[in-house]
Amino acid sequence: MEPAKTKKDSWNSQVGVILAVSGSAVGLGNFLRFPGQVAEFGGGAFMIAYFLSFLLIGLPICWAEWSLGRMGSKVGFNASPNILGAITNKPAFKYLGVIAVVIPISIYMYYVVIEAWCLAYAVNYLAGNMQFSETSEASGFFGSLIGVSENGSALKWDIKHVGFYVLIVFGINFIFIYRGLSRGIELFCQYAMPTLVIIAVVILVRVLTLGTPDEDYPNRNIINGLGFMWNPSKIVLQVQETPDSNWMDKEEILPTQLTPEMRSAIEANPDQRLEKRSMWSQLLNPDLWLAAASQIFFSLSVGFGIIVTYASYMKKDDDIVLSGLSAASANEFCEVALGGLISIPAAVAFFGVSGLAAIGLGTFDIGFNVLPLVFARMPFGMLFGFLFFFLLFLAAVTSSLSMLQPGVAYLEESMGLNRRQSVTILGAFTASGAGFVLYFSEGLKALDTIDYWVTNLLMVLLSLLQIIIFAWVIGIKKGFEEAHQGAAIRIPRVFGFVMKYVTPTLLIIIFGSWLLKALGVGIGGSAGSINNYIRDLFVEPNTVAWMSVGLILLVVLFIGMIIPSSKKMTKTNNQEEVSS
Amino acid sequence: MTIAGWLVMVLSVGSVTLLFSWCIYKVITTPGETERMHGFEQELPDEKK
Repeated sequence: MEPAKTKKDSWNSQVGVILAVSGSAVGLGNFLRFPGQVAEFGGGAFMIAYFLSFLLIGLPICWAEWSLGRMGSKVGFNASPNILGAITNKPAFKYLGVIAVVIPISIYMYYVVIEAWCLAYAVNYLAGNMQFSETSEASGFFGSLIGVSENGSALKWDIKHVGFYVLIVFGINFIFIYRGLSRGIELFCQYAMPTLVIIAVVILVRVLTLGTPDEDYPNRNIINGLGFMWNPSKIVLQVQETPDSNWMDKEEILPTQLTPEMRSAIEANPDQRLEKRSMWSQLLNPDLWLAAASQIFFSLSVGFGIIVTYASYMKKDDDIVLSGLSAASANEFCEVALGGLISIPAAVAFFGVSGLAAIGLGTFDIGFNVLPLVFARMPFGMLFGFLFFFLLFLAAVTSSLSMLQPGVAYLEESMGLNRRQSVTILGAFTASGAGFVLYFSEGLKALDTIDYWVTNLLMVLLSLLQIIIFAWVIGIKKGFEEAHQGAAIRIPRVFGFVMKYVTPTLLIIIFGSWLLKALGVGIGGSAGSINNYIRDLFVEPNTVAWMSVGLILLVVLFIGMIIPSSKKMTKTNNQEEVSS
Repeated sequence: MTIAGWLVMVLSVGSVTLLFSWCIYKVITTPGETERMHGFEQELPDEKK
């Protein structure tokens, strides 16, 4: 009997390790952000850009970050600025590495608020407040919960407003990281992560067997829903308000919907026209590539400044190649195979393409407006709704905890503080930031502005910095030698070329396209116009937008100011005092 | 749903499922791999103090 027990334990621990490694990285981006991005940017066409971004940007940066991090462990540092400065022996990289601490701290400030939305939904499912029959009820509940109509309106202390939940979420996060409960997180990942996947699979099976929920609307069926999500070419109905105005997209028309009568009616109306968009024409849209690359950053947690810190705690014979690939593949599985097949197809089956367009395809619309309507029409929908949002909340907690560790490590090393002192300072700082995001909730201006500048500017810059250090300063040969120590698999040789030339080039193109688009320069044949985020700052100055950018600059200042005082940094790996 | 749509969906879902399954297989069949794999869940040195 003993050998069998040993074998069972061994298998359990192997699967447990995979789940723990994967679970800590699976978060809100997989189930909430991804479906909206795919549907908004052309379904199948987006997926081509997405997979190319995964192979040519995501995986290379992922392996580069793991390798740079473990190099950091050999020089005794855990914080990115100190690691990047020490392994390159160039102080400039230490200063630029400050971005790697600024990003997770800035994202944490609004991520905890979104975490609180998930918890609020779970609680309201338990309280029976989520039986929506109309779209307006679902969007009304969500808008009221987060205080979208007026600043400060979310700060009411009942279960239907998010203020109460932000306090709870912040407290949970603080206690976990203050007391150092990583083992607890590992245990949680081993049980909660498979539960979340099982729940998602059950919901997926239910969605795929929906058929045609309402016989009066035969076009509202699951096959059309999958088509809306995955078809690479699109037919879009465009409208023109006045003869001189630009044509605007109204809604997508599925091929099965386009009857001869419908086509004749549209052609007879001078204010309407049909535009067919091939997969290739959609792939020429730089916004699609930006969105695909951003999604990959979120999915794999690359460009966040987190992986380098966690990799610095790994030993020289630990396997960073398979660890990185396993976490990445688990995220991709949750995102594409589960997230990509649930919310959008279900929404089209219940509400049709035009109904979905009315609800909206934004990141939060899908998760917080569409899914509750889907659950409301399912057997045991309230139970599934509770389980889904509660497990999503738990998955988000593990992600947010990891966002604080780079800051904690940086304060420990740069100021010589212990863990609890670092957590207290960081906790006070991020609590102020989260409070700011919570209060300035009108139109989600603060959250949206911080997210935009951090993800589009800072994350791309950090990724570029790290891949340049890995491929050009350290060198591919030495970098691969580091990565392969203790690894069960080898990084394919072609990635040497990709990491040296392709990834940096793509990141520069992405950054350049973003900059041109933001400044209103037309690219790819599209007419240019200054985007809303630039407009909020310089054309029609918006106080909340300026304060949000000011908050990011405050984080930069706070983190940056510590660097000059770090002549004697504490090596947290072995607690030696050394001169920098 | 068009044939191209089916193709994109099957290839997308199939490839990520295959990759994840291969990673699980590799971890299970590589001796001692359990001890060498880590993510964000690991016990940190400063938590022990």
